[in-house]
Amino acid sequence: MKLEVLYFAWLRERIGHPRETVDTQAETVSALITELRAREDRYDLAFSDLDAVRVAVDQDLCDFDTPLAGAREVAFFPPMTGG
Amino acid sequence: MQIRVQQAPFDFGDECNRFAANRDDTGAVVTFCGIVRAPEHGVLHRMEIEHYPGMTERALAKIAQTATTRWGLQDCLVIHRYGPLAPGERIMMVATASCHRSDAFAAADFLMDYLKSRAPFWKKETTDEGDGWVAAKDADEAALQRW
Repeated sequence: MKLEVLYFAWLRERIGHPRETVDTQAETVSALITELRAREDRYDLAFSDLDAVRVAVDQDLCDFDTPLAGAREVAFFPPMTGG
Repeated sequence: MQIRVQQAPFDFGDECNRFAANRDDTGAVVTFCGIVRAPEHGVLHRMEIEHYPGMTERALAKIAQTATTRWGLQDCLVIHRYGPLAPGERIMMVATASCHRSDAFAAADFLMDYLKSRAPFWKKETTDEGDGWVAAKDADEAALQRW
């Protein structure tokens, strides 16, 4: 399946681009992260501390064990600092 | 209920006046305005606010809807800016309207707690000591437990 994967804030800076299309068979967010980390050092580094990473699937905040079946967009970012 | 995510500045006074106008059935309006302040260390030159277009509006609408339902608000307004901001500029505001002040105060407090940690905004500060992303505080996450 093809997923739009988005990165924000320091995750975007470490990975080097704001979004990309990823062709993956990953069944969960965790599995997608494992695939991304295996790609290159910059991905591995960006995802090295998952306590500092949040994820949204199709623009809803969720957990790392969320299934990806039917998903179109996955976004990774640090804890939010609005207000 | 009105949600606005914008780069342009807003006039806090005008927004408050407009929000409070023509409300015969409203007893209380509470407003809050967030301002870019100096960091704990160094001199702030600029703050850049990044956000997630699409999810931002969706998350803010969900938070505002929850507040409206829970405190029976007659109206609520959320404005949040993104892009480069200078010290002293207004970042965001919320306004709530209800029959009685306790509901308007509580709803505004709830809105602020939730949009600090659950709306996809990130702040990057440029100071005379360099650039850095503002870290989320444990206290902000803990504040959600109040509700």
